[in-house]
Amino acid sequence: MNEEGHVYRVSGTLVIAENVKNAKIGDVVHIGEQELLGEIVRIIGNKVAIQCFEDTTGLRPGEPVINTNKPLVAELAPGLLGQIYDGLQMPEKKLFELTENPFVRRGYKLPPLDYDKKWEFIPEFTVKKHINEYVKLEKYRVKVGDKVEEGSIIGSTQETSAIEHKIMVPYGIRGKIIDLREGKYNIKEPIATIELPDGTKKEITMLQYWPVRKPRPYREHLPLTTPLITGQRVIDVFFPIPKGGAGAIPGGFGTGKTVTLHQLARWCDADVVVYIGCGERGNEMADVIAHFPQLKDPRTGKTLSERSIFIANVSNLPVFARESSIYMGVTIAEYYRDMGYDVALMADSTSRWAEAMRDISGRLEEIPAERGFPAYLAERIASFYERSGRVVTLGHPERIGSLTIMGATSPPGGDFSEPVTSTTVRFIGTLWALDKELAFQRHFPAINWLMSFSKYAELLEKYWARKDPKFLKLREEALTVLEEAAKIEEIARIVGEKALPDDQRQILLTAEILRHGFLYQNAFHKVDTYCEPPKQIKMLSAIMQYHEWTKRLVKEGNVTIDEIRDVRISVTTPEGEVKQTLAVTELEKVRMVKGTDYIDELMDKIKEKLDELAEKHGVIL
Amino acid sequence: MSEYHGLFYKTVTEIKGPILVIDNVHGVGYNENVNIVLPDGSKVLGSVLETEANKAVVQVLGDTTGLDLNVSVHFTGETVKIPLSDEVIGRVFSGSFIPRDKKPPIFGEEEREVFFSVINPAARVPPHEFIQTGVSAIDGMNSLVRGQKLPIFSEAGLPHNTLAAQIARQATIIKKGAEAPEDFVVVFCAIGIKKEEYDYFRAEFEETGALNRAVMILNLADDPVIERIIAPRVALTVAEYLAFDLEMHVLTILTDMTNYAEALRIISTAREEIPARKGYPGYLYSDLATIYERAGVVIGKKGSLTQMPILTMPGGDITHPVPDLTGYITEGQLILDRDLFNKGIYPPMDVLRSLSRLMKDGIGKEKTREDHKYVADQLYVSYSEGTRARGLEKIVGREGLSERERRYLRFADDFEHKFVSQGRYENRSIEETLDIAWDILSTLPEDDLIRIEDSIIKKYYRYS
Repeated sequence: MNEEGHVYRVSGTLVIAENVKNAKIGDVVHIGEQELLGEIVRIIGNKVAIQCFEDTTGLRPGEPVINTNKPLVAELAPGLLGQIYDGLQMPEKKLFELTENPFVRRGYKLPPLDYDKKWEFIPEFTVKKHINEYVKLEKYRVKVGDKVEEGSIIGSTQETSAIEHKIMVPYGIRGKIIDLREGKYNIKEPIATIELPDGTKKEITMLQYWPVRKPRPYREHLPLTTPLITGQRVIDVFFPIPKGGAGAIPGGFGTGKTVTLHQLARWCDADVVVYIGCGERGNEMADVIAHFPQLKDPRTGKTLSERSIFIANVSNLPVFARESSIYMGVTIAEYYRDMGYDVALMADSTSRWAEAMRDISGRLEEIPAERGFPAYLAERIASFYERSGRVVTLGHPERIGSLTIMGATSPPGGDFSEPVTSTTVRFIGTLWALDKELAFQRHFPAINWLMSFSKYAELLEKYWARKDPKFLKLREEALTVLEEAAKIEEIARIVGEKALPDDQRQILLTAEILRHGFLYQNAFHKVDTYCEPPKQIKMLSAIMQYHEWTKRLVKEGNVTIDEIRDVRISVTTPEGEVKQTLAVTELEKVRMVKGTDYIDELMDKIKEKLDELAEKHGVIL
Repeated sequence: MSEYHGLFYKTVTEIKGPILVIDNVHGVGYNENVNIVLPDGSKVLGSVLETEANKAVVQVLGDTTGLDLNVSVHFTGETVKIPLSDEVIGRVFSGSFIPRDKKPPIFGEEEREVFFSVINPAARVPPHEFIQTGVSAIDGMNSLVRGQKLPIFSEAGLPHNTLAAQIARQATIIKKGAEAPEDFVVVFCAIGIKKEEYDYFRAEFEETGALNRAVMILNLADDPVIERIIAPRVALTVAEYLAFDLEMHVLTILTDMTNYAEALRIISTAREEIPARKGYPGYLYSDLATIYERAGVVIGKKGSLTQMPILTMPGGDITHPVPDLTGYITEGQLILDRDLFNKGIYPPMDVLRSLSRLMKDGIGKEKTREDHKYVADQLYVSYSEGTRARGLEKIVGREGLSERERRYLRFADDFEHKFVSQGRYENRSIEETLDIAWDILSTLPEDDLIRIEDSIIKKYYRYS
């Protein structure tokens, strides 16, 4: 009888082992001669069930199993930004550089971070101070003799030109700083010594560990008051998400989930972005990885890779590393949140993550609930989204950080009632529902304005009111027009648009302009891809102003819609040519024109022509 | 039996479908190869599904008729590997890589594992080279790029094979400047298709000389069902070798993936696994991904692997698990439509529901033409408006339609008959495709072209 831990049975990636020492649920083990990584998921007498994170081909009963006695942890230190990791935090770019092999080989392991690279550690740092709605940067200096506790910042290093990496006292340590070593160190060299209350001395390095399945603690949860600006009109105006909020983006295939998430990752005004490609396409990840280093953050002018971390656990990598990839990503995101940053996390797609859970559950022969998913699916989804929030962090100085989570779901057959989507919708505050019909018409982002919602819209009222007091009213009116138009369209589908009365056709006209000129946004157009908030407000007010004018023309002057549609204005093209064009078309095309000056100019011209029309019918606009 | 090394067991205790249970075995590795030798000396292949301290469960990758509890089971200690050399080109093999063309087997300098092959995402180059297929509906609106995986979703009776053969025949890269012929190879993998379909492809390839530049991996309808599991993987291992070792440009056609998924379902049922949808296993997505993801372009290699899987949607239902999960993995889909087919349009491609996700990176000024993406975008918008007008016409009649709606009705007809429709041997250049697009877009007033920038309209619009 073999007294050492050894493999008893192999069935796919589920390994049953015997006599594993000190087995605890969640412990990471090394399996077999190739030292494949796995995690203990069940204990039955002297046997344990291990979920292997890698392909188990060739593994035999009797091969050794060694317990590391540690749960799955993330390594947290400077050097994370710009990395591309798999679900177990293995750096994929480095793997390729070292092996020069485009294929991933089994059992090959690399540490997550560079242990040799020296970082300039200084006992100084800046944090954002929130005073009412304003943010001020405040500088701090740490001295020997300072009292610190878990989460306290003791210094910093410039990780990238965009991000100052704060070095925090690890969890469970409090005391007095008795030594501080300014200078160049690698992440495993001590940079400070802390004397604990019992007199023992503890050396602090820039590297710390955190078990990925456990949320990082904070002091206090705060209400969500600031929107995450994304530059995407339909999101910012109609279905906003605040910093610290949770949003979901369900959509069948081809509805543009991934492009929308890429757009959010590119343009959102978070300090740090963690992008998890969970069971998605390799070429898509390659696209993000290739383009981010070239794209510039519109606010800081730095490249986007200086603020981003990628977890690329693509669909053909082992399923179980996919299950952990979500936790790996959210742990790294929380770590930057704790430094006082606004962090945004995108997970594409949480359905693949749920499927990984289903797979594990099935192999463990658990009794399935709906569609084969385990009964604890809802609990896992809820606890993932609950890791979002705007918080006061632990430690000194007091600082506020936020983590916004945006997850895509991929409902089979586009049916939103399936378990993953319907469960997710219960735990989020913003829903961007993607619509196949809109996608077929190439209306992107294909966010359906009748099915989507944002519970946060009211919380953000104050923010928008400061930008433009009329804004909220405009937003509401626009939503009403869209809703009414949807009802009228149903009638139009039966009787034809021509048979409708003009006041109804006028609503359809405004809705059409809103659709083509505001809700539609071309992610691949150099100007249209990002629309700054002042321009969003300007565009919406222009369209709603036009709506007001035409409404009165129809109501008070009995002007027909055909007459209104035919209104032409003369515009000057960039080449300096003057041409006659339809006012409606021009309104729909302002999204492609840089800045807001043109909108004023255009509205003056439209007003002039509409005035002429009004005069003919005895109305004054 | 001297040709076998390793351990033999005659302890089979259960046979259930393609699954064998063998007792009293020791040291068997998961997924390792198994030879099952019948009393008459004939041999069937298998692989280990589950291994325990003294028990193994084996999946038979061949015909199970004639198996009984007296067979000898031989564990090879190796996983499924195939030998590779450049001599594979022009050859025909079975789904488990046994020659079917009466020529000798391949002796390669190296043997490669068939199952586990994952391209490191960090080693990928985003696909960006436009492939001209000569088919307007594809080139103009759903462009294919090198390294993409773009499936054809079809139904029984539609001409998907004709289209696939036409693409294989016509696909070229247009490079501005040099027109150097490049190493182009087709890897054709038949998964449970009928002999006449195979004969069609063979004749097509033979006629154009493409057969000399093709590798055929065949599992036909009357071949063992379980071999369908490994056939596409054998084909892709060959394709990866040609693309990334010999640096050729490879187009892999896999047909029909629905048959593959059915084979997977048979095994899953035999293993008594809990099914997800329609009896298919819960891991169907992950399993299909291990096939479809084997496409791409990698850093430092000149070759590329482009995949064109074909699948027939059972009952024409796109929400069926096989097309649904495929659509989530592949980079778009080309959908063939029965209504268009009945109208006599070839290729009967439903462009509104079709999509190529990688199109944006392969088109534009330096690659095809500056107006390409605007034209494609506008065609979608206008054609969808036309189809909406058609729906309305059915209810209110042509008389009830506005002038604008009638205009779009005409547009939709023009679009289908002039742009989508073309000959089976007609090879249109991208310029021709875009010119036809402008012919029909110019039947609309300039103001209707809301997705096109003014400078582009000015240059290409046909003012009358």
